Amino acid sequence: MPSLIDIRRRIRSVKNTQQITKAMKMVSAAKLRRAQDRTIASRPYANIFRTVLGNVAAAASGDERVAANPLLARREERNVLLVLVTADKGLAGAFNTNLIKGAQRFAAERKDANVRMELIGRKGRDFFRKRGAAISGEHVGLGNKARYEDVAAIARKAMDLFRGEEIDAVYVLYNEFKSVVAQKLTLSRVLPVELPEQAGSVDYIYEQPPAEMLEDLLPRYVEMEFYRALLESVASEHAARMTAMDAATSNAADMIERLTLFMNRVRQASITKEIIEVVSGAAAAE
Amino acid sequence: MAATIELEVATPERELVREQVSEVEIPGRNGYLGVLPGHAPLVGLLGIGTLSFVAGGVKRYFAVHSGFVEVADDHVRVLANVAEAREEIDVHRARNAYQRAIEASINPSLGLDPAAALDAMMRAQARIATAEKQ
Repeated sequence: MPSLIDIRRRIRSVKNTQQITKAMKMVSAAKLRRAQDRTIASRPYANIFRTVLGNVAAAASGDERVAANPLLARREERNVLLVLVTADKGLAGAFNTNLIKGAQRFAAERKDANVRMELIGRKGRDFFRKRGAAISGEHVGLGNKARYEDVAAIARKAMDLFRGEEIDAVYVLYNEFKSVVAQKLTLSRVLPVELPEQAGSVDYIYEQPPAEMLEDLLPRYVEMEFYRALLESVASEHAARMTAMDAATSNAADMIERLTLFMNRVRQASITKEIIEVVSGAAAAE
Repeated sequence: MAATIELEVATPERELVREQVSEVEIPGRNGYLGVLPGHAPLVGLLGIGTLSFVAGGVKRYFAVHSGFVEVADDHVRVLANVAEAREEIDVHRARNAYQRAIEASINPSLGLDPAAALDAMMRAQARIATAEKQ
């Protein structure tokens, strides 16, 4: 049976851990707020963009320049680029594990294709670097304060590879923010671009010929998709960490409760033992 | 016909303006576009320049570049990669950027591609011009 001091030490240690997890939960909650605000702030742009792109694409559909646009070119997927968006830090429950498993599944499903990875986030990078996967680029420390420009640069690099026919498709794997308790692993193909449906047919005046506008809009659309994936991922990360730390905090509370009970029992037992000793000692002396 | 139109100016990072305005002037790729209430539906690419609008009798200015504009149903939606309100512009930085761009365009050994240098110069110019509007 452990001694009282040992149990007390144990309780103190769990309490300290609990304080840390509680603080981390609080920090994540604050960061989640900010990340959510940013995700919401980017929505008007994305929504309008999709509508307009749909309309422009519909108007330009007859033009042969559209069919020739390299970002729309469908090829057999022999060389595939997977953009994996993980977090820079752990302690976020299954957040990174799910992503990494998803990426491995993705590669396993495409045995005949040559899968290269573009890794955003330290966790994914560390994992795949150790295993010697084919990595085309890595971006660490982008996370929280990622500016549009930084993300757009990654998108442009992917587009260059795609245009140069070095790769035939680009997929992005990330956690989509559904709610604070639910993050959904999402795989979406960003290249070749799938044009959005036409929303409503408005008879626009086109300042520039639709085909020319499309050429300008498509790269921006891809950049936006990358940016959106990153924002979603950041919000998911904080949500996942918050949930994980909340669970850790309440687990610590349970553990403290159990240890305290145990400690009291041990104390009681030792007191009882002492009383018995005294009593039996007195009885022997009589 | 409505006396005002709703103007939305958004970048991927944030929404800057969502207001009822009585007139808007937009820097299009092929020159400035003036939009008044009742304008026909239009889409066009954005150039580099100063976007201005009048809301409640007050005129406001924004430096914008790269993006596009959509006009439909008394709605003007401007989506720009970069948009800054006149008050936010760092004139000092813009002037420095302007100088650097000029140097880069004169001196190709700096390794900047001339088209990019010209673009940077125009962006800096637009910022300065916007900041100096009264």
